[in-house]
Amino acid sequence: MPFQSSEKTRQNRNSRLIKIVNGRIVRNHTIINDDVLYIHDGKIIDPQNHFFACGNPPDVLINAKGLLIAPGYIDVQINGAFGVDFSVWKGDKQMKEGLDKIAKGLVKYGCTSFVPTIVSSHKEVYHQVLPTLKPRKGNKDNGAEVLGVHVEGPFITSSQLGAHEESCLRAAPNGINDFVDIYGLHELKDNPIKIITVAPDVEGVLDSLEELVNFGITVSIGHSSATVFQAESAIEKGAKCITHLFNAMQQFHHRDPGIVGLLGTTRITRPFYGIICDGIHVHPNSIKIAYDSNPKGAILVTDAMAALGLPPGEYTLGGISVRKSGNEKVEVVENGKLAGSVISIDACVKNFKKFTGCSVIEAIEAATLHPAELLGIQNFKGTLNVGADADFVFLDDDLNVVKCFIAGEEISTS
Amino acid sequence: MRLIIRSDYNEVSEYISTYVKNRINEFKPTKERPFVLGLPTGSSPIGLYKNLVKYHKNGELSFKHVVTFNMDEYVGLPRDHPESYHSFMWHHLFKHIDIEPRNVNILDGNAENLSEECARFEKKIKDIGGVELFIGGIGPDGHIAFNEPGSSLMSRTRVKTLAYDTILANSRFFDNDINKVPRMALTVGVGTVMDSREVAVIITGAHKALALAKCIEEGVNHMFTVSAIQLHSKALIVCDEDATLELHVKTVKYFKSIEHVINNLIGAENVGLQGNIH
Ligand SMILES: [Zn+2]
Repeated sequence: MPFQSSEKTRQNRNSRLIKIVNGRIVRNHTIINDDVLYIHDGKIIDPQNHFFACGNPPDVLINAKGLLIAPGYIDVQINGAFGVDFSVWKGDKQMKEGLDKIAKGLVKYGCTSFVPTIVSSHKEVYHQVLPTLKPRKGNKDNGAEVLGVHVEGPFITSSQLGAHEESCLRAAPNGINDFVDIYGLHELKDNPIKIITVAPDVEGVLDSLEELVNFGITVSIGHSSATVFQAESAIEKGAKCITHLFNAMQQFHHRDPGIVGLLGTTRITRPFYGIICDGIHVHPNSIKIAYDSNPKGAILVTDAMAALGLPPGEYTLGGISVRKSGNEKVEVVENGKLAGSVISIDACVKNFKKFTGCSVIEAIEAATLHPAELLGIQNFKGTLNVGADADFVFLDDDLNVVKCFIAGEEISTS
Repeated sequence: MRLIIRSDYNEVSEYISTYVKNRINEFKPTKERPFVLGLPTGSSPIGLYKNLVKYHKNGELSFKHVVTFNMDEYVGLPRDHPESYHSFMWHHLFKHIDIEPRNVNILDGNAENLSEECARFEKKIKDIGGVELFIGGIGPDGHIAFNEPGSSLMSRTRVKTLAYDTILANSRFFDNDINKVPRMALTVGVGTVMDSREVAVIITGAHKALALAKCIEEGVNHMFTVSAIQLHSKALIVCDEDATLELHVKTVKYFKSIEHVINNLIGAENVGLQGNIH
């Protein structure tokens, strides 16, 4: 069977020992100039131990020629790309093909793992889409790794709708049962939901938070007019993140700064915050304020819609006509409103560095270590530590992606 | 014995590393006939290793057919402890070059039977046909490897209890806690080193000046074990000016004049690496 033989080739490729020399390795909050990477079975291994204990020399030697070697980027909020929208169900086959297209296409941006994101949808859409977007390993055949799904809504506030469909919104008067019901959690053997965005000011949400966390779901708050008190309560109950900070939440008001006010909390640990660094959705100065308040909490997200990766032009996406101009902006043709983001994750990293004046390391960590920490997977993803999956990128000094590797194998970025 | 005097540590490193590179390349090692190199740890060879790595990266030197034997290792220290000599060699040399892991020999200080481990090491050197070039450094008391004052000049690879002074000096690498410093080490013997076809010793710094004087101007003496090289037919010492402070002016001038004669009267091109005339 052709599938088996390709699986076998992959295993053979993976059993090779790869040594990477002359790279500047981003590790432990610093850049290490004189170390090497050893990769075996798709993982980063301890080179010294391997050298003295196993005794077999590397099968493949890769010269990084002085480039930076950083962990692969992780995008925890991406609605679609290359003309495909995760929230639009056209059938099982179409969704699987769309997923493949995106997983392979994102590699050129240095993205090695992502969390497909579904906007507020009707019940049947979740039941159709969620089983198709189960976690899936990244490798040469699959492209970037699917870490699980981010369900953004429908338990969000109608006053902070953003681009969501109002008729889909829900409250949770029956607590966790309403969540289980709409996502169909009881029907899914392995819960594919990794992240949920909820509004703490929606009925029943705060009371369900602890149970959601117990399901193994990372809770993020957003699309919400929550007061700072409600926002802090959500964090105390286990929410760990703010969804696209500044967008779709109360404006900062000094008497009640709302969710944005979590940036200034001293009572509890300041949460992570996703932030869209396209320079359009959030002003660079706002990004700088967020960074200065909590540099270790920054998580760069694209929040990209289906026009990411498409050439400029007019498209009909999800039934709406949109116009993409340049590589940064996409508007609804009818009214000129922003139709979502079309920035790539590597561009987010460059912008974040430019907007905040942070170091190269901090910019990279905001798209690697921090999202991995948010999901509690930092032992496998988002670092180049021994034991981590060998997902990494070669970057030049301007943070352009030169090469991308997933599970130790170079994936063509062209 | 040849004594090469250079102005400082960097020039000493430059000389010895060029020498090692030329020796290996001239030897034209193959799988069947590898170049067997003895290696030290400590501060003396760091510049040497740095240059060897540079030559390798420039494509001037390959270690594909080089076999190495290290001088010593602590007993009971985990192999990946940052102060182990395994770690030292990995970080300063091995990880940067193309040496085959199976061609690297470092004593196993965690072996169940330490005496057997030492015997195995000696046998391995013998089986491969001996060491072509053994490079060493010395301590301020003139010891080579862990062959501290009083060690037999006939000694072979063995377990050695460290002198209290050595333990004290090493405590700076172990959180200044003397209880963390290993008390024993495995070390090649003076005899093991002297059996090599060539011995090269790096000596730099004023604190080693007395040791250098004792080793080359006085008799062979087990209180300065490196003095045994006086009995070796192909010995090279590379030192810096600071290390010559305790030498007689006559000694320094004599060895400098030899280099002068070779370079200006005979012509360096007419003299082989090891001092032989073409
Ligand atoms: Zn949103």
